Amino acid sequence: MADTIFQVSDLRVDVPDMTRKPLFGAAPRLEILKGVSFDIARGTVLGIVGGSGSGKTTLGRTLVRLVEPSAGRLLFDGQDITHLSDADMRALRPRIQMIFQDPMSSLNPRLTVGRTIAAPLGAGAGDPRVKAALEQVGLPAAFARRYPHELSGGQRQRVGIARAIAMRPDFILADEIVSGLDVSSQAQVLMLLEQLVVELGLTLVFISHDLSVIRRLCSRVIVLRSGEIVEDAATADLFERPQHAYTRELLDAIPIPDPSVRW
Amino acid sequence: MLDGRGLIRRRAGARLWLSGLWLALFVLAAVLAPLISPQDPLAQDLMLERLPPAWMAGSEPGYWLGTDSLGRDVLTRIIYGAQVALAVALVAGLATCLIGSALGLVAGFYRGWADRIISRIVDIWMAFPPVLFAILLIAVLGTGLSSVILAIVIIDWTRFCRVVRAETLNQSKMDYVHSAKVAGFTRLRTLLSEILPNVLPTIVALLTLEMGIAIIVEAILSFVNLSISTDQSTWGGMIAEGRTSIHQAWWVLVFPLIALFFTVLSFAQFGEGLRERFDPVLR
Ligand SMILES: Nc1ncnc2c1ncn2[C@@H]1O[C@H](COP(=O)(O)OP(=O)(O)OP(=O)(O)O)[C@@H](O)[C@H]1O
Ligand SMILES: [Mg+2]
Repeated sequence: MADTIFQVSDLRVDVPDMTRKPLFGAAPRLEILKGVSFDIARGTVLGIVGGSGSGKTTLGRTLVRLVEPSAGRLLFDGQDITHLSDADMRALRPRIQMIFQDPMSSLNPRLTVGRTIAAPLGAGAGDPRVKAALEQVGLPAAFARRYPHELSGGQRQRVGIARAIAMRPDFILADEIVSGLDVSSQAQVLMLLEQLVVELGLTLVFISHDLSVIRRLCSRVIVLRSGEIVEDAATADLFERPQHAYTRELLDAIPIPDPSVRW
Repeated sequence: MLDGRGLIRRRAGARLWLSGLWLALFVLAAVLAPLISPQDPLAQDLMLERLPPAWMAGSEPGYWLGTDSLGRDVLTRIIYGAQVALAVALVAGLATCLIGSALGLVAGFYRGWADRIISRIVDIWMAFPPVLFAILLIAVLGTGLSSVILAIVIIDWTRFCRVVRAETLNQSKMDYVHSAKVAGFTRLRTLLSEILPNVLPTIVALLTLEMGIAIIVEAILSFVNLSISTDQSTWGGMIAEGRTSIHQAWWVLVFPLIALFFTVLSFAQFGEGLRERFDPVLR
């Protein structure tokens, strides 16, 4: 299928479980992803939800190959990247970007915003693409000279977005990118993301445990529970006709913003 | 912001300028020693032995800080002693810093077998008491300035290695390192352009500290007569000589001690001041 950007089949990730390692011999394997399969259509926004520890972050980081799969297949744009070496992966890096949950830790504290955005482009901090990216995320160009600690949380997260889009990627992974922000900056960052997806024709995977955010942003949702997909449906279907008991549990946990409205 | 940054900056300013001023004097004295010394450092004159400093009764003009028991001018010998101290601080300090930091960065970032080997060597090194280790090395290498410097480097690189490794390990866990991978940086580039700037403040602080330590080690070795030949004036050698005549001529002991104390203190304060002034995160 030409308009499928990611094809994931039977993807597994396991790590040695050091807590149960015997005195001699190898530690037993701890399965974090137990064989997940799904496709991501180009130009869509896919949501991944699930409780804490369900494997959302691991799944996302496997897509961008920060985590090496232990089994299964991962195709990006038709190319098998399951076990691609770091060196070969580097050629694809500009097309596969990521926005991190904690912008304080994901922005280098001792580099200016300008250098942080410019370095992956192989450019200097004065490059016009830096200014353009800052403007696209609604920050003044003068912010290029600031350090991350001189920004607010929301502004920092915008810099994270600017760094990702400056590369002109096809795909962006956003892992809980608003969970550290207050409600009003959350809304602003989400609005910005919505707008950029349309403007730049991005494919986005949006990881969140907040279903109301997912509902607003995503066209399709995958529900993950202890490393397995329990439901994979169009957003409207999922919210109106949840098939799985676990999904209903998650839906019931959404706080109702207005007490007079009932789900 | 109400976080006392202004206060830090003002204190950092005073710290940086005072220590910088002393270090500038120290470097100038060492470099210009033959031009500015009032006397010849080796000229002995038994007529002039144990002259008190200029402001005390019985002093002679031209001998500002008095003379020692051989009639040599104390101020002149302190100025010449600065040459040895400066050479030791710069060469031993920088070499120790380069070797220790490079190994610490490699061990902390690449982990694996490199880390295991380097950390094991550091552990073994740390088992030796440093002063004994130094005396042992001098016994093997022979006395002289270059042996002293070599001994300091051989002993003290572990100080950098341990701290830099720990800091690199910490930094490597930060998301900006993952972010560098997503950006397509090679491992080496990640280490040099992302992690190093964050470890550099620690390295600079350690370096200035090490320069002070190198001066003290040289002084200790001079004190026990294991450093440089006795006719070259060194602060440690002066202190050793001054100790024997403390009751007759306290100034032979006290003035080199003061020079040593302020120089070592200034190096440490200068490093701290640089960090507060130039580290963007603290500034
Ligand atoms: N390196 C690791 N070693 C051992 N266990 C790990 C490792 N990384 C993740 N895990 C475990 O894998 C499971 C999934 O973790 P993951 O971070 O993917 O969850 P998540 O869905 O993102 O959770 P959250 O909503 O809290 O962010 C957790 O139980 C976690 O403890
Ligand atoms: Mg997570």
